[in-house]
Amino acid sequence: MIRFVLRRLLSCIALLLAISILTFLIFEAMPNSNPALRLAGRTATQVQIDAVEREWGFNKPIYVQYYRTMEKIFTGSVISYTQGINVESQIVSDLPPTLSLAIGAGIIWFFFGVVFGVLAAVRAGRWLDRALTVLSLIGVSTPVFFLGAMLSFYLGFKAGLFPNGDYVNITTNPVQWLYHMILPWCALSAVFIGVYSRVLRSTILDMVNDDFVRTARAKGLTERQVMVRHILRNSLIPIVSLWGLDFASVIGGGAILTESVFNLQGVGEYAAQSIQLLDVPPVLVITMFGAFFVVLLGAVVDIVHAWLDPRVRLSA
Amino acid sequence: MATPINPLERLDEQAVAGAADPPFAAEGADLPPGLGPYKIAWRRLRHNYVALGFGGLFLLILAMCLLAPVYAADIAHIGPNDESQAFNALGPTGIPIGPTWHAHFFLGADTNGRDVAVRLLYGGRTSLFVGAVATLITMVVATVLGTIAGYARGAIDGLLSRFFELLWAYPALLLGIALGVSLQLGGLNVGLFTLHGSSLMVPALVIGVVYIPYVAKPIRAQVLTLREREFVDAARQQGLGPVRIMVGEILPNLSSTIIVFIPLILANAILLEAGLSYLGAGVQPPNPSWGTMISDGIRLIPAAIHLTIVPGVMLVLAVLGINVFGDGLRDALDPRAQVKVRFAKVRRSKAAPAAAAEDTGR
Repeated sequence: MIRFVLRRLLSCIALLLAISILTFLIFEAMPNSNPALRLAGRTATQVQIDAVEREWGFNKPIYVQYYRTMEKIFTGSVISYTQGINVESQIVSDLPPTLSLAIGAGIIWFFFGVVFGVLAAVRAGRWLDRALTVLSLIGVSTPVFFLGAMLSFYLGFKAGLFPNGDYVNITTNPVQWLYHMILPWCALSAVFIGVYSRVLRSTILDMVNDDFVRTARAKGLTERQVMVRHILRNSLIPIVSLWGLDFASVIGGGAILTESVFNLQGVGEYAAQSIQLLDVPPVLVITMFGAFFVVLLGAVVDIVHAWLDPRVRLSA
Repeated sequence: MATPINPLERLDEQAVAGAADPPFAAEGADLPPGLGPYKIAWRRLRHNYVALGFGGLFLLILAMCLLAPVYAADIAHIGPNDESQAFNALGPTGIPIGPTWHAHFFLGADTNGRDVAVRLLYGGRTSLFVGAVATLITMVVATVLGTIAGYARGAIDGLLSRFFELLWAYPALLLGIALGVSLQLGGLNVGLFTLHGSSLMVPALVIGVVYIPYVAKPIRAQVLTLREREFVDAARQQGLGPVRIMVGEILPNLSSTIIVFIPLILANAILLEAGLSYLGAGVQPPNPSWGTMISDGIRLIPAAIHLTIVPGVMLVLAVLGINVFGDGLRDALDPRAQVKVRFAKVRRSKAAPAAAAEDTGR
C-alpha cells in the first residue's frame, strides 16, 4: 500500500510539472507571436508592453521565461493588466460561490445518478428503464448554459418561484443562500445525472450474471439484499472514482458556464469575464490551478480506490 | 479476418478493452449462420426504430442547414449577416420581434435586425462543420497514436501514454478555453501551415485536440490485447512489418470501436463548440453558430426569449439525434447485448438488453 501511494504521488508530481510546462507553452510560447502583447491586453500602450516584457522575462531565454512565470504564479504576484487587479487574491475571494456550487451539485448528481441508475437496471427493458434512458439522453444532450437560462427564465422570472441568479453569502443568510443555489445546482447536475445513471445501469447489468451474484442468490438472500449489499456495493466503486474526478473538474473550471449563466460571481465567472475581455493572465492562472486540482484530487481518488479495492494496488 | 472464437472467452477480453469490441462472436441463435458482423449489426439496428428515427432527425437538420443558402436567397430574401430595418424587425420599443411565421423573419429577428431563421441554418452549418472537422481530427490522431502506443509498447507507449494523461488531466472545457484564447489572440503559424485567429478551423482544431485522449486510451488498451492474438503472430511469422500488421491486421479489428466513438465524439464536440462560443473562446462573430447565437440571446433575456430558445432547441435536437442514434449503434455492434439477453431469458425469462456505456461527455 505504501509503495502504491509513493508511486502514485511520484507520477502525480511528474504530471503537475508537465501541466505547468504545457500551460506555459500554450499561453507564452505559441510560435510567431508576442506573448507580452497578449498578456498586456488589447488596450495596452507600448510602454506597458515593454514593462510586461521585462517583468516576465520575455527577452530572456525560454527556461528563464518559464521560471519567471512559475515564480510569479506561486508567489501570487500575477497582475491582470486589463483590469489592474491581483489575479490570485481575486480567485481566493471568488472561491465561496464556486465551492458552494460544486459541493451541492456534487451531492445532488451522485444521489440521483445512483437512484436512477439502479431503477433503470432493476427495471431493464421495461417502460421505466426506457423513460429514464430518454431522460438521461436529453440530460447529456443539453448544454448547461441553455438549461440554466431556461430554468432561470421560466422558474425564476416567469413563475417567480426562484431568484433570478446572483449569489448570497452563506454566512450572511443561509436560507437565501440555499434558495439562490437551487437552480444552479439543478442545471449543473442534469448532465452528470444522465451520465452516471447510464454508467451505473450498464455496470449493474454487466454484473448480474457474475458468479458472486449467483452465490449470493444460492445462499437464499432476497433480491433486495443481493442488489444492495452485493451488486450495488461492487458497481459503486467505479462510480465513486468517476465522481471524484468530475467533482475536481467542476471546481477546477467545469462550472464556468453555470456560474456565468446564473451570475454567481465565482472563479468560473471571473474566468468567463476574462475570456470576454481577452484578459490572458487570469485565464492562464485558472487553467493551471484547475488542472493541478484535478490531478491532485485524482491521486487522492486513486489512493482511496486502492484502499477500498486491493486488486487495484496489484495491477497498477 | 473473423476468427471463430467462443463467445464466452471473448467476454473477458472485452472487459479489458473497455469500449465495444468487434461483433465477430455475435452470432445469436436466432440469426442465420454465415452472416458477416456488420450485416448482423445492421439487422439489429434496422429494428431499432427509435434509434433510426433520431438518426433521421439529425440527417434532416443537417440537410436543412446545408440548404441554408437556398432558404436565404429564395424564401427569406435576406443573408445571415444582413441587418434589416425593413419589415419592422425591431418593435416600437427597440426590442426585436418574435416569430412571425411568415417567409420574412419566420423565427423573428435579433437586435441587429437580422433574420433568426436564416442565421439558425447558417449557424448550424458552422456548428456542424466545426463538430465534424473536430471529430475527424480526434478520430484520426487518436487512432494512429493509440494504435502505435499499443502495438509498440515500451518507451514509445510510455511517452504517448504520458501525453494522453497530460491532455486528460485538464478539464475538457478549460483546455478548450486555454487553447482557444491563445490561438484566437495569436493565430497559429507553423511553417507552411498558417491559421488566422478568427478562422473557423481554430475551434475545430482546439476541440479535436481536447478529445484525443478520450478515444486514444481505449484504443491503446484494445490494441494491447489484439497484438497478442494468434492472427497477429501469424502475420509476424509471414514476415510482415509492423506498419502492415497495424494497418492490415489490427486496424480492421478496431473498426467497430471507432464507429461507436464517432457519434459520441461528434455530439460532445458540438456541445463543446457551443460552450466555447458562448464564452467567446470559440467561433468569432459575425459568423453565426448555435453557441454564439445562444450567447447573444441570453443577454436579451427576458426581453426576447426566442433568441435563446430557437438556437438552443435546435442544438439540443441535433445532439439528441446523434446521441440516440449512437446509443442504438452501440447496442447493435455490441455482442454482449445478445449474450446478455440469452442469459437473462434462461434465468427469469425476462429480457435485459444491456448497453456498454463509456461516456466521455463529462
